[in-house]
Amino acid sequence: MHDKPAISTAPAVVHGPPTTFISKHVFSLDHKVIGKQYYALALVAVLTGMVLSWLMRIHLGWGALAIPGLQALSPNGAPGGVMTPELYLRIMTMHATFMVFFVLTTAPFAAFGNYFLPIQVGAEDMPFPHFNMMSFWTTFIAFCVLVSAFFTSDGPPLSGWTAYAPLSAIGKDTGPGQGTGQVIWAAAIGIFCIGQLLGALNFISTVLDMRCKGMTMKRLPVTAWAWFITSCMGLTAFAVLMPACVLLILDHVAGTSFFIPSGLVINDQLVPHSGGAALLWQHLFWFFGHPEVYIAIVPGMGIVTHVLVTNMRRPMVSMKAILYSMWALAFLSYMVYGHHMFVSGMNPFSSLVFSFPTLMITIPSTVLVLIWIGSLYGSRIRINAASLFALGFISMFVTGGVSGFFLAQPSIDIMLHATYFVVGHFHMVMGVAAIFGIFSGTYFWFPKMTGRMMNDTLGKAHFWLTFVGTYCTFMPFHYLGWAANVRRYSAFTDDYLKPLIPLHQFITIAALFTGAVQLIFLYNLVHSLFRGPEAPANPWEGTSLEWIMPSPPPWNNFGGKDPVVYHDADQYGVKTASGADYIMQNSPEPSPTGC
Amino acid sequence: MARLLAVTIIVIAIVSAIPVIMHTWEAPADISTHGQMIDDQMADTMIEAGISFLAAQILLALFIWKSPSNKPGPEGKFKVFPGGAKGLIIASIVLVGVEVLALGAFGAKAWARVYFTPPAPDAMPIQAQAGQFAFYFRYPGKDGKFGPIHPELISEATQNLFGLDPEHDVEARDDLVAAELAIPVNKEIHLLMHAKDVNHSFYVPALRIHQDFVPGLDLSVHFTATKIGKYEIVCSQLCGLGHYNMRAYLEVMSPEDFDDWQKKQEAAQ
Repeated sequence: MHDKPAISTAPAVVHGPPTTFISKHVFSLDHKVIGKQYYALALVAVLTGMVLSWLMRIHLGWGALAIPGLQALSPNGAPGGVMTPELYLRIMTMHATFMVFFVLTTAPFAAFGNYFLPIQVGAEDMPFPHFNMMSFWTTFIAFCVLVSAFFTSDGPPLSGWTAYAPLSAIGKDTGPGQGTGQVIWAAAIGIFCIGQLLGALNFISTVLDMRCKGMTMKRLPVTAWAWFITSCMGLTAFAVLMPACVLLILDHVAGTSFFIPSGLVINDQLVPHSGGAALLWQHLFWFFGHPEVYIAIVPGMGIVTHVLVTNMRRPMVSMKAILYSMWALAFLSYMVYGHHMFVSGMNPFSSLVFSFPTLMITIPSTVLVLIWIGSLYGSRIRINAASLFALGFISMFVTGGVSGFFLAQPSIDIMLHATYFVVGHFHMVMGVAAIFGIFSGTYFWFPKMTGRMMNDTLGKAHFWLTFVGTYCTFMPFHYLGWAANVRRYSAFTDDYLKPLIPLHQFITIAALFTGAVQLIFLYNLVHSLFRGPEAPANPWEGTSLEWIMPSPPPWNNFGGKDPVVYHDADQYGVKTASGADYIMQNSPEPSPTGC
Repeated sequence: MARLLAVTIIVIAIVSAIPVIMHTWEAPADISTHGQMIDDQMADTMIEAGISFLAAQILLALFIWKSPSNKPGPEGKFKVFPGGAKGLIIASIVLVGVEVLALGAFGAKAWARVYFTPPAPDAMPIQAQAGQFAFYFRYPGKDGKFGPIHPELISEATQNLFGLDPEHDVEARDDLVAAELAIPVNKEIHLLMHAKDVNHSFYVPALRIHQDFVPGLDLSVHFTATKIGKYEIVCSQLCGLGHYNMRAYLEVMSPEDFDDWQKKQEAAQ
């Protein structure tokens, strides 16, 4: 079908080449630089979040242990180096906030999406490069605002990343960090939402308006589809969280009572608020919160599919099924948020209404898994660090997915709500699986982004140790949940929880090990950046447009020549005149499949 | 290396399943009249989720294992999955769809047993109040009526924990306040829940009851305990720095012991 007419205009020249150091590396309009900036920010955030998780795990395993240096960092929070309950909760809140917002949202979506979406659709850049630049710098400001909470006298908040009101709304009387710290948290997240909204608008208009000649929607690579779907979700989800954060701040600073009902008593004093609804925050938060899970994981699904197809040297058994499944997940994600609130006091009939769509999510998820697994049947996959992480992603997604069977049912949620089972579930499916997608994408696209190859042997070692380490860390969380181990406890003093402490200690050792293993990745990343062998234009013999340009690409992507696309990105396992087993999207050579 | 990955996936899947099959870590045994339905639902889900987990991991491992030995056919094409995508999609929709809908339908029955069945008319009313970081319980006394709560009178300093005004409210005069939840065995309890400050939760794993306290909302649960003993009530909703230490005890007593306990409480107050 290479004679199919073009459906959009040729890419416009959206900005000129950078002329100064600042315009090239700092306030850059180039989507590729912005993508790399997002990646660097995510890297800083993930390292910070990981160190915080180590502190949490050490405390949960050996609560009386003095952690060297902790007293110097937090004299009141860790007298003698032993963590207090409030410091534990502050660290937990910040760990989750860094990870969910600044890692799982930014790396797979904003970082890779920024870098590769315009290239994959054949555009020179996004349609609104100034908005794109603002998107990153707004996110960066949000990060700085969040970090500033560590340096205020009040300290970071302790209400968790979910910030349930009225704990998060009343102010400093409810606990350390609940005054200024909580306002800073809400401001940071509100600013973050603005950044992501700007990004989502750009992504959507890039796909709809900037495709090159011949790049019909059907011919978009699966990653472009994944980022497009994620943008649509982000546009709605962040648009709800942002005003919710504004309302939360107003409850603190303007005396409003959006989330604070009347008659509350703290420290024997009547709280001077009335008329608000505590559950309103939960509705607004989870209306964002559940789609956020898919904002984190859908780009990973796209990356994994893209990496697997390239390495299997043949298309998926049905790319259409994968795309429809991702759309179904996005659609259903807005109908299920109430499953976070089964025992929250919502009308119990609502719980059943939210339960069934939640169970239905299993269907598109299963279609995705079976299409991936079914596509492996009969194929000879090339094993490299990128494909190993892609295969690991499937295993993790299955493990995290089946625990959803439990949490989708309100009757079982009576036992598992707010336990470590929930922690295990979301860490597997939203945390580890998404991060495996990020690793897979990093090993796959690093040559294109930097012009240098990563060390594949180190990449494979990184995979093996991370794969085993993450299972050892997160699988036992499910056992703790089945034993009714409540989450967000800084110590386990209840009689029925004490026998579970050895399991916590095992998890701590596994978490420290898995974290330490990431040094291999960091070394590989930094060393390869400066010393890695030079990368060819198309090291993996891929078909999509990022592989037709030099590594790294020039500032204007295609060197001022508008690409023309003749095929979809699935032209693998074909016989060509040159003897290659693939046809690139811009090659006029006829495809045997006629796509 | 593909084969090593296949073996690793299988080993991880089996090792992960062993503690579940061996019941190595389990919730406290059920002591309620409704808990068996929840436990049965949990067991059914465990079987279905377990089969799905093992089947998917084994299939994944199997195809990865075979990958290095796969060879193209005479036309240079590799084998595709028998039946293609249609079979896989139908399997997903039919097998998994039916499975989860069945789970949902049976689970709804268990949920309805807890939440859609009203408490019996003769259920014993007890009010639970959660505040940072303690639970308190109030019994209506001989008149069977609770005195109204006056939030402005709530004070830990004066031990007026429920903000009662016995001077003006007749119903409040015989209300009993305790730091533990004492109940008679085999007697239905209607627990009325009041949040003093922020969100908390009433979670008694042994009782298979879990309900948040939400400020501004009048919520309630009802249950019947069937086994005499002392059980832990824990808070599962993050409520502040003392959250981990917020607990009370559920004391399930014989009717005689419960009467004695009530008399002692009356005498003490």
